[in-house]
Amino acid sequence: MTAASERHEDPRTALADHLPSLRAFAVSLTRDSTAADDLVQDTIVKAWTNIEKFQPGTNLKAWLFTILRNTFYSDRRKRRREVQDSEGVHAASLVEKPAHDGRLAFGEFSKAFAQLSPEHREVLVLVGAEGFSYEEAAETMGVAKGTVKSRANRARARLSELMGLEEGEDVLSAAGGETLAVLGRAAIPAA
Amino acid sequence: MSKNTASDGERANLRRQIDENLRRVYERELEREVPDRFRDLLNELSGKMPAGKESAK
Repeated sequence: MTAASERHEDPRTALADHLPSLRAFAVSLTRDSTAADDLVQDTIVKAWTNIEKFQPGTNLKAWLFTILRNTFYSDRRKRRREVQDSEGVHAASLVEKPAHDGRLAFGEFSKAFAQLSPEHREVLVLVGAEGFSYEEAAETMGVAKGTVKSRANRARARLSELMGLEEGEDVLSAAGGETLAVLGRAAIPAA
Repeated sequence: MSKNTASDGERANLRRQIDENLRRVYERELEREVPDRFRDLLNELSGKMPAGKESAK
């Protein structure tokens, strides 16, 4: 909002403002709050010590997200040799507190989201939740814009599949587990 | 616009609903309080700043 006025300020002074987003993005990648905070810590230190590589006037959040996700994937490659797959355990522990507002199967959604690959969670968070443009997401993820679009579509399709929804069925009308079970067979007439 | 409006419309609808759910999950994460360790870390890092600019109030 105040990008122009921030221009001559040291971008390091703005790092604190991005902590909530960095933590949320880190949790969506790691599905583990302890691992997420370690990842954010590494990101802050790397950003601080490499701040001269940040181009003033460009998107600081996107730059920080790039550092965070690159660190995540690089750590993950190392960790993979040690631990085969502990992600399912982390994912299960993160599912909590289903909504009782009767509007949507919040718990079901969280559970399905946790089962996506980190690449799919990443693209959905960037373009769906953070509102990054395809260009910003492409730059953050280090892929082509077209890849972002197709990956986001595949991620949404996979998410629907995991929730037992076919395209066109209503996610928000599902009040709970039993409703979802019904939705699995329900045919929603074309609008 | 498209002749295939039914399935395009359904897809757009599903997509909108997924994004709405995503934002809810994500906003819940955004609302979590930032632990002191990060403020401490930033303070520690700014102690090494040559310019001596305040990074936190």
